[in-house]
Amino acid sequence: MRHIISLLMENEAGALSRVAGLFSARGYNIESLAVAPTEDPTLSRMTIVTSGSDAVIEQINKQLNKLVDVAAVMDLSEGEHLERELMLVKVRAEGDAREELKHLADIFHGRVIDVSDCTYTIELTDTCANLDSFLEAIGRGLILETVRTGASGIGRGDRILKL
Amino acid sequence: MELTGAEIVIRCLQEERVEYVFGYPGGAVLFIYDELFKQEKVKHILVRHEQAAVHAADGYARSSDRVGVAIVTSGPGLTNAVTGIATAYMDSIPMVVISGQVPTFAIGEDAFQEVDAVGITRPCVKHNFLVKDVKDIASTIKKAFYLARTGRPGPVLVDIPKDVSNHKTAFEYPGSVSIRSYHPVGKGDSVQIGRAAQMLLEAKRPMVYSGGGVVLADASGQLTDLVRLLGFPCTNTLMGLGGYPANDKQYVGMPGMHGTYEANMAMQHCDVLLAVGARFDDRVIGNVEHFAQVPRKIIHIDIDPSSIAKRVKVDLPIVGELKMVLDELLGVLRGSRQTPDAADMAAWWKQVDEWRAKGGQRFYKKSSEIIKPQFVIEKLYEVTGGDAFVTSDVGQHQMWAAQYYRFNKPRRWINSGGLGTMGFGLPAAMGVQLVNPDATVACVTGEGSIQMNIQELSTCKQFHLPIKVLTLNNRYLGMVRQWQEFFHGNRYSESYMDALPDFVKLAEAYGHIGMRIDKPSDVEPALKEAFARKNDLVFMDFRTDPTENVFPMIPGGKGLSEVILAEDL
Repeated sequence: MRHIISLLMENEAGALSRVAGLFSARGYNIESLAVAPTEDPTLSRMTIVTSGSDAVIEQINKQLNKLVDVAAVMDLSEGEHLERELMLVKVRAEGDAREELKHLADIFHGRVIDVSDCTYTIELTDTCANLDSFLEAIGRGLILETVRTGASGIGRGDRILKL
Repeated sequence: MELTGAEIVIRCLQEERVEYVFGYPGGAVLFIYDELFKQEKVKHILVRHEQAAVHAADGYARSSDRVGVAIVTSGPGLTNAVTGIATAYMDSIPMVVISGQVPTFAIGEDAFQEVDAVGITRPCVKHNFLVKDVKDIASTIKKAFYLARTGRPGPVLVDIPKDVSNHKTAFEYPGSVSIRSYHPVGKGDSVQIGRAAQMLLEAKRPMVYSGGGVVLADASGQLTDLVRLLGFPCTNTLMGLGGYPANDKQYVGMPGMHGTYEANMAMQHCDVLLAVGARFDDRVIGNVEHFAQVPRKIIHIDIDPSSIAKRVKVDLPIVGELKMVLDELLGVLRGSRQTPDAADMAAWWKQVDEWRAKGGQRFYKKSSEIIKPQFVIEKLYEVTGGDAFVTSDVGQHQMWAAQYYRFNKPRRWINSGGLGTMGFGLPAAMGVQLVNPDATVACVTGEGSIQMNIQELSTCKQFHLPIKVLTLNNRYLGMVRQWQEFFHGNRYSESYMDALPDFVKLAEAYGHIGMRIDKPSDVEPALKEAFARKNDLVFMDFRTDPTENVFPMIPGGKGLSEVILAEDL
């Protein structure tokens, strides 16, 4: 099952590789991993999207907690949460397709942020699943380039991950 | 007054009351070695290979309650140390390794003897640090010792670039340490402990399974009290030998691939299994699905939550420091009016004793013609009065030493259980002898393993370490040969040890005493003579039966009751 795990860790050189190394060493899946410093520059917040059986997910949480640099771990999937991913997609936009693509971007609440004679670059922020749907709607034939950040997640309401 | 980074390193080691460090000098640690030279509190043991430095520090830690310390240079010094570090990591041994690094301005430029030490060791350390500023050395070393010895212990690497060890700063050793992202556990959950007590009291076929954690936590006193109070059978894993006294009647021997029949059958058929500081390793419970076929309740006490429910489902987890948890559990049990049901216990013991009678671990065909390896270990036990520190390498001799030397005290059996590192035994014995200068130290090894770090005979000479080396020389990589006999159609691919050296002459070349023993009748006299030489290293080359196999044996991937006994063949 898909899980989205958030963690706070020391913002130090090598911290990211400790997490990435743990996943590869123990054979866990990483679908995506997003990381950046928080309002406290000594801490980084990481969001990992992974999948596995309940036993594997339990081990992932425990192993992450065991890393000395990791200060707090929360499996967001265990409760109410929000997740968003940013995507930039460059599409071939010529002739009639230009209008159609603009319309499609509007439907998905995307924005065209760059235009050339024959391309659009569309920015879209949404759940991972909705980004997938958008790509599907465009069709692979028109897509020139896709850049995704991986999901970022946060708990709803008073579910807070903070030191 | 300002000190250089190198002076600070040595001052930190003094502050930690480090008596011995094991190491090998080189370019990147020259400043540190210069400071070592100028003082006498921290004594340096010059090994002949960095792997041995780390194993020696490891043996030092395992046979005491101290943190082992090794110093190696950058590049090949560090890569040679990696096997030692991984060995310590797998067995949770507290250790600090200080490695030199190329100067900060050269890092990343493929400088001479440069290697990414932090990157290479990351998967096999509890934690590691690259110190980029001399101001951070003292606090980092303080953290390193704290991390190594607290929680689930483990090796910690501190990588210090050469220029940092020569920069100056004011020195102050931190009095205390706190790491906001690291909080080792203390006492266990009292509610869970209460439930565990009840579960144990109501068990009909209980079993206690005690591992290396009990030894590391110095909790064997509590474990022994608990087992005796309840009257349950107890098994010690390979890493846990000595945690419960082997001569006690409630002891059923070691579990696992080469464990006793009774220990494995009791593990398989118990209704309540109390696991303490053990991790249901593949060499202990074999096939997980087979193990899970029999319904039983599992109580698992461990300091590391990630050890719980990793391989088997656990009914009652208790996370905590073993001594504290066992003390609390003992308190609850002593305060309870209930005791285990006498009739149930009698029936269970009757069953266990039946297995014991059938399984006879101490079964091998005695011979007056050829030396049986098991016989050597039995005699070793007798000659040393069961009171020696015994280190081992890896293979058949390791299993025979574990089976036939009866360990009655913790920290006496020193072996590489998790990583299974050949070449561990001799250097580990050096660390054991240094921290226990008056003790009898025996290294049980094979002609294959000993050659992986035989250069340390030179270190033993230099530092007057009177270790007794028992080489069970069967001219084969015996455990490989055994598997080839059982599972690979007797095709002994590369397991014959051809062109062996004359070990007697080799020992003599290093300045030691060498003995070759060919006849069973000479085993005991040779051991007596060797152990009477209190001040000498004696290298004993026992020519043993090359066809002997380790029994009982549970083939890889099989279940605990699918055991092959010697008498089955």
